[in-house]
Amino acid sequence: MTVSAVFYQLFQNVLVLLAAPLLMGWIAQCRAWLQNRRGAGVLQPYRNLLKLFHKDAVLAHDASQLFLFTPYILFACMWLAAALVPVIATDMPLSSAVDVIALVGIFALARVFISLAAMDIGTAFGSLGARREMLVGFLAEPALLMVLFTASTISQSTSLITIVEVLAHKQFVLYPSLAFASVAFVMVLLAENARIPVDNPSTHLELTMIHEAMVLEYSARHLALVEWAGALKMLAYMTMGIALFVPWGIAATGKWHALPLAVALMLLKLAVGGAGLALLETLSAKMRIFRVPEFMGTAFLLAVLGLLTHFLLEA
Amino acid sequence: MAIPLTGQIINLCASLLLLIAFAMLSQRRILSLINLFALQGLVLSVSTAVVAYSSHQHHLYFSAALTLVLKVIVLPAILHRLIRRLNVRWDVETMFNIPTTMLIGIALVVFAFNLAAPISQMAGTITKSTLGIALACVLLSFLMMITRSKAVPQVVGFLSMENGLFFAATSATYGMPMVVELGIALDVLIGMFILGIFFFQIRAAFDSLDLRHMEKLKED
Repeated sequence: MTVSAVFYQLFQNVLVLLAAPLLMGWIAQCRAWLQNRRGAGVLQPYRNLLKLFHKDAVLAHDASQLFLFTPYILFACMWLAAALVPVIATDMPLSSAVDVIALVGIFALARVFISLAAMDIGTAFGSLGARREMLVGFLAEPALLMVLFTASTISQSTSLITIVEVLAHKQFVLYPSLAFASVAFVMVLLAENARIPVDNPSTHLELTMIHEAMVLEYSARHLALVEWAGALKMLAYMTMGIALFVPWGIAATGKWHALPLAVALMLLKLAVGGAGLALLETLSAKMRIFRVPEFMGTAFLLAVLGLLTHFLLEA
Repeated sequence: MAIPLTGQIINLCASLLLLIAFAMLSQRRILSLINLFALQGLVLSVSTAVVAYSSHQHHLYFSAALTLVLKVIVLPAILHRLIRRLNVRWDVETMFNIPTTMLIGIALVVFAFNLAAPISQMAGTITKSTLGIALACVLLSFLMMITRSKAVPQVVGFLSMENGLFFAATSATYGMPMVVELGIALDVLIGMFILGIFFFQIRAAFDSLDLRHMEKLKED
């Protein structure tokens, strides 16, 4: 571990923290363009966060300590996850912690706390949202694990760093199994980040909302943290997808001069990914909640197919 | 990994075929089903052309061209025309429990992979590992024909089964003799015409394209 490695880890931590709202703003802007609206600009999430941080928090009388601490736990989990995923370089001091199973565990921890906090207040919406979130989560998690296992069997390691190094720096090989895994991953990404076919991020209609129902009781700085955590989660998933499926351009160990190019490429990939996500959301309609198990089941089966084709075609 | 690039492309095409087979299995809309079928034909044609290029089997180019014309252009065009004439263009089929169907599909894939493993070990072709996928595609199309009750999806299932068989032939033995292939192509085309006429007859007799009505024809 060198001083420069620590410096770059810190650089990545700050970068993901600041870039996450920008990504959300970009996705919202792309959606606005696709719907023939002018949109609020890519900086709108920053303005929202600023506004929320300046407001006074309102708390329910029955709120316990859990409800108070959850935004911070959520924010910390998502920041950690986003900082762990190798975004621009593979030589990071935290890299030994980047195990895909640990990453899924971090997401699960955040999910447990936000669900508990949602039920803590005792409103109907909170527990409704928490239950739905748990339904989606418990179906999405195995699919995500299967996707990650597909990549792990290719690189013979569950360390995300090793996976990225194998995929990015070795000789270029077409992996059919990763084609399956990528489709499954996109489906998991949509479900986990409360995007349109599964959940509508901008709705407050009680019959359909999942994520929004859980955070309905939060206000001011707590809500700001929850929203920022959501943006970080989106960024973490996006960068995870990039690391697994299009890792080219990431700076190899010790090659610090490749870093500016790596950052530029990463931003480009995120911009393309965000635009693609907006397009996907515009093209699809929100599905009924009871169709979600079917959707996630398809994602799981695709990921399993990816594993199977790996053993048939690539082993 | 020692697979050459052409082999990798063939493997990619093979897995795309499998993906499309699963997509067809879970597709409710007839229109999307036909588009998926055309896409399957396109992938099949590309993979056949790549096999032809890598194995220097020139007759496979003809098969690829034949596939392109017949299964990507002619048959989907006929099917589009048919569903427009039958007025079932926007039909949505109510299917029982798609996840269960998909799980059975996965079991079929595992079965096909295991079945093909000893065969493909003996084959010396560049495409030997794709035989399992070809078998899986055939079985999945079978499954699709079993689970569907409407006439048009059943026919699409039948046609996609033919695609799977064609792919199996290409991957196991670099394709069938040209005469056989031409014969099958003609059969499929004629079969499509006859089935098209059947659709109208079925609808005239039962007022619906649901094949469950045909069970009434049984004698007790």
